[in-house]
Amino acid sequence: MAEVVLMKGNEAIAESAIRSGCLYYFGYPITPQTEIAAYMAKTMPKRGGVFLQAESEIAAINMVYGVAGSGKRVMTSSSSPGISLKQEGISYLAGSELPALIVNVQRGGPGLGGIQPSQSDYFQATKGGGHGDYRNLVIAPASVQELYELTVKSFDLADKYRMVCMILGDGTIGQMMEPVAFKEKEDTVEIAKPWATTGMHGREKHNTITSIYIDPDDLEAKNRELQEKYREIEEKEVMFESSNLEDAEIVIAAYGTCSRICKNVIRQAAELGIKVGMVRPITLWPFPSKEFARVADMPSVKGFLDVELSSGQMIEDVRLAVNGKKPVYFHGRMGGNLPTQKEILDEIVKIHKGEM
Amino acid sequence: MIDFSIILAGFGGQGVLSAGKMAAESALIEGKEVSWFPSYGPEMRGGTANCSVVISDEPIGSPVINEPDVLIALNQPSLEKFEDTLKPGGIIIIDSSLVKVAPKRTDIRFIPINSSEIASELGSMAYATIVLLGCVSAATGAFTRDSFEKALYDVLPERRHHMIPNNLNAFDKGAEFANK
Repeated sequence: MAEVVLMKGNEAIAESAIRSGCLYYFGYPITPQTEIAAYMAKTMPKRGGVFLQAESEIAAINMVYGVAGSGKRVMTSSSSPGISLKQEGISYLAGSELPALIVNVQRGGPGLGGIQPSQSDYFQATKGGGHGDYRNLVIAPASVQELYELTVKSFDLADKYRMVCMILGDGTIGQMMEPVAFKEKEDTVEIAKPWATTGMHGREKHNTITSIYIDPDDLEAKNRELQEKYREIEEKEVMFESSNLEDAEIVIAAYGTCSRICKNVIRQAAELGIKVGMVRPITLWPFPSKEFARVADMPSVKGFLDVELSSGQMIEDVRLAVNGKKPVYFHGRMGGNLPTQKEILDEIVKIHKGEM
Repeated sequence: MIDFSIILAGFGGQGVLSAGKMAAESALIEGKEVSWFPSYGPEMRGGTANCSVVISDEPIGSPVINEPDVLIALNQPSLEKFEDTLKPGGIIIIDSSLVKVAPKRTDIRFIPINSSEIASELGSMAYATIVLLGCVSAATGAFTRDSFEKALYDVLPERRHHMIPNNLNAFDKGAEFANK
C-alpha cells in the first residue's frame, strides 16, 4: 500500500529527486521555490547526499555542471530571475551534453518582478534560453502527484538523452499542498555513463567534457548531432492529456496551474450546454503539435481558447500546430494574477455565441 | 456528495494556514480529495494571511478558490475582503472576540463564535482556530471529529500529544455553535 501524505509541491519535487537517486543539490534561495532548498538542506545529509547553498545562482549551475560531468544525478532549482542567471550554464550543459534537472517555479517578471505565480518564462524554457541552437526537455506538471512522478521521469530522460530536463512549474504549483502517494521504490534506472569523467580506469584515452569546437566543421557536426537527438525526442517523448474532446465545440489549451482552473470552467460550461474539451501539454518541449493538429481537424471543434499566466507565449506553438485550420483565441493574466473561472467562462460564452 | 471550498483568513500568526492544513489532513484521512493553497510572500507577519482548502469526493480541479462555500474570518479586513466572494447560501464563521462587525449579506448563514475567549479559557490562543474548525465540521460534514483526532496524532509531534484532549475540547465547543 502506497503511503499517502499531504505535501507542498516544492517539497514533493525535492523528495522525488532524492528518491530518484539525486544526491547532489546546489541552489540559492528565492521565493516561491525556497521550500525545495529547505527540504534538501534538512534531508540530504540524512540520506547521504550533499546540499550546498552556493554564493549565487551562477555558482550553483556551474556546480551542477561539475557533478553532471562525473555522471552523478544532480539538480538545481530557482525561480524566474534566478533561472535567467543560470542560462549561461544551461547552454554549456547543452553544448557538453550533460544530464541535469533544473526546476523553475515561475514568478511574475520581467526584471525582479514579483513573487506571485506566472507562466511568462515559457519562451525562455522551450526555445532555448541561453545562447546557441539547443533545446531542453521541458515538463509542466499540474498537480503535486504529477510533480513527484514527473521529477522521477525527468532524471531518466535527462540521462537517456544526456541533456537538461526542466520542470516548469509556477508559484501555485510549488506552494499548494495535495496528497501524494509515494511508491515503495522508484522504478528509475541509472544507466551506464561511459562518457563521465571518473578517472582513466585503465582506458587508453581520457574522457573529455567540453562545449568548445573551434573548427567550424567540427562545431557544425556537433550541432547536427544535437539536432538529430532533438528530432528523436520530438518523435518519442511527447506527453499530453486530452480530455472531454468528444463532440467538443471549443478546446482549451492550457498547462500547469491554468489547466487546473480550466477543469472547473469545463464543468461550468457543460452546465450552460457548451461542450468544452482540453488539450493539456505535459511536455512543453517537445510540444504536442500532432495532437493539436488532430483536434483542429475534428469537425465539432469551432475554435481553441489558449489560457496562460502570460501575455500569450504557448499560443504561438498552438497556432503553429493548428496552422490556421481553426481560430485560436487567448485569455491571459500577468504579473502574478490568476484568471478567475468566471473570466474564462465569459470568454467561452463569447466564442460560442460567435462574438469573438 | 461533498465538494466544497473553505477560505480561512486572518492576521499572520493566528494560525489560519495551520488550521487549513488540519482541515485538509482530516478530510484526507477519510479518503477525500483535498488541496490547500496559501497566500505567500511579504504578507506574513502582522499582515493578512489566508489559505484556500478544497475538499471533494471527486478529483479537484482548481485549488484556487474564487467563490468559497465557507469563509472563516479571524479579523475584520478578512471579512471585508472575502464576504462578497462567498457563494449564495454559504457560511461565514467569525471569531467574534476579534471581529466586531457582522456581514452585510443576508443570503448566507452567519455563525459568530467567541473563539479567542474560549481558547484563552482552555489555556492557549492556539485553540481559537480549532474551535472554528469544530464548527465547520459540524455545520458541513466536510470531515468528522474522528478523523480530526487521527490527524492530530499524525501532525503533532509526540511532545505535543498532551495537548490533544484540549484540542478536542475546543473542537467540541465550536461544534455546539453549528447547531444553535
